Amino acid sequence: MRHVAGRVGQAVIACFGVLTIVFFVMRLSGDPTLLLVPEGATAEQIGALRHELGFDRPLLVQYLAYLGDLVQFDLGDSLVQRAPVAGIVAERIPYTVTLAIGALLVALGLGIPAGIAMAVWRGTLVERALAAAVLAGQSLPTFWSGILLILYFGVYLGWLPTSGADSLSSLVMPSVALGALTMSTFARMTRVSVLDELSRDYVAAARARGLSRMAAVGRHVLRNAAIPVVTIAALEVGNLLAGAVIVETVFAWPGIGQLAIQSIAARDFLIVQAVVLFVSIVYIAMNLLADLAYAAIDPRIRLER
Amino acid sequence: MNLRISPGMWVILALLLGFVLAAMGADLLAMHDPLRQSLLLRLRPPGTVMAAGQYLLGTDDLGRDLLSRILYGARASLLVAALSVSVSLVVGTALGLLAGWFRGWTAVVIMRFVDTMLSIPAILLAVLTVAVLGPGFLKLVMVLGLTRWPRYTRVAYAQTLQVATLPYIRAAEMAGCSATRLLLRHVLPNIAGPLMVVATSEFGLMILFEAGLSFLGLGIQPPYPSWGSIMSAGRAYVARAWWLTVFPGACLFVLVLCVNVFGDWLRDRVDPRSRGRG
Repeated sequence: MRHVAGRVGQAVIACFGVLTIVFFVMRLSGDPTLLLVPEGATAEQIGALRHELGFDRPLLVQYLAYLGDLVQFDLGDSLVQRAPVAGIVAERIPYTVTLAIGALLVALGLGIPAGIAMAVWRGTLVERALAAAVLAGQSLPTFWSGILLILYFGVYLGWLPTSGADSLSSLVMPSVALGALTMSTFARMTRVSVLDELSRDYVAAARARGLSRMAAVGRHVLRNAAIPVVTIAALEVGNLLAGAVIVETVFAWPGIGQLAIQSIAARDFLIVQAVVLFVSIVYIAMNLLADLAYAAIDPRIRLER
Repeated sequence: MNLRISPGMWVILALLLGFVLAAMGADLLAMHDPLRQSLLLRLRPPGTVMAAGQYLLGTDDLGRDLLSRILYGARASLLVAALSVSVSLVVGTALGLLAGWFRGWTAVVIMRFVDTMLSIPAILLAVLTVAVLGPGFLKLVMVLGLTRWPRYTRVAYAQTLQVATLPYIRAAEMAGCSATRLLLRHVLPNIAGPLMVVATSEFGLMILFEAGLSFLGLGIQPPYPSWGSIMSAGRAYVARAWWLTVFPGACLFVLVLCVNVFGDWLRDRVDPRSRGRG
């Protein structure tokens, strides 16, 4: 219990820290009012807006008001769309979550079998080939792999739609592009984890009892090797949400990433701020969840701390 | 340390050297002005030969030579990555040294800050900051550098904690060595290896970040070429002019791959666990 309370406390501090960093970043240009006014506004209009939004108050007062609003989930109103920011962002969240789930499925479905195969067939050609694929996945820029997918499956073969979110088939290419990096992470983690377990005594004991190598892996190793992989999955969700910024732009997928980029062009900075806050807080929550899950699955963790 | 270089590694090193030379020699190698537009030469396929010369990799939507733009793009990519890695290496290491040396409250404050920075996805923080500050080469370098320092701090902190208790440090301290001198002359050289490993993997990431931000329109601004912005313009013509996205992307992929392979190689040589075997 003490461990849980400590970790929750840390997560709360991290959230608070993120809010603070974002607050100051928004003020880096000197006058945040200028980020929010439409282009071509007169000095008087800017002055009126500055007063209305409270940017003429002392920094500390602004900071406290900002924290107070956020605690009540009030993210302000978009001056461009004349609607509450929270609603605009919330509308787009399901798209990004769908994309992240798609990418996670791709990453798990390909990464874990690849990792197991690399560990079981260590030192063979299979491992080398898979290791090369994993390395490639790590170095692929999503906007390039995304465009290559569009070129081949969208333009050349005409199998899949090149952009938008009209049907389930629209989800395939963005998920693959976004999932490649995470897939490599899973493959590497699974490989290390399975190799660790393979060297334990219980595997030798199982083999001595006459279990085949495959049966030993299937019945005993995978169960234990899964622990670190499960926790990585939670961490990767945060990375996928962040990576969605670029992938959504490539595929015109109407999630929060595309929303953020469009809002920069439209000078709608409160929306950009809201997206950054949302993703960061999900990221922290996932981190917390991963740690707690790790402790719940593996009792040794609790004893160590 | 086992520094034997395998044939595969020589290929990687040669490719890396090739990228560096291409970036430095862009002025000599480029057959055309990368900014010169021509309405008559729009979207010509690779291998086009015109009166004005050869267009080996074709031309873009404004009739500019793609090969020349890719060469200058390599310069932008490597320059931004090198400068921003330097910024984050210096900032991150300095904070890590301080935290590891003074421990106590200094360490608590610095390491909490590190945890917080790491809980904001770097690409999003960079997007927000660049958007607030507006585009620009120096701003881009500073934003990337000041977003990506926490990993160095973690490594420098952990390493400094270990090294600080070693007898030779205590000896130097008792001999009257000042804290600054101790940290820079005696601690830093001993923790440099792991920091260089982090810097190499960060270098690959920075290349991707620069290209990604430029792709989103937040990095290197047109008309100046960056692999990311060339591809972003090419995205609109993907069905008509595949070369605009395939070639710069391939350069980006190969460069990052080489950096990552080099980083893994370096890590295997610096990591104390693998050092014991050699």
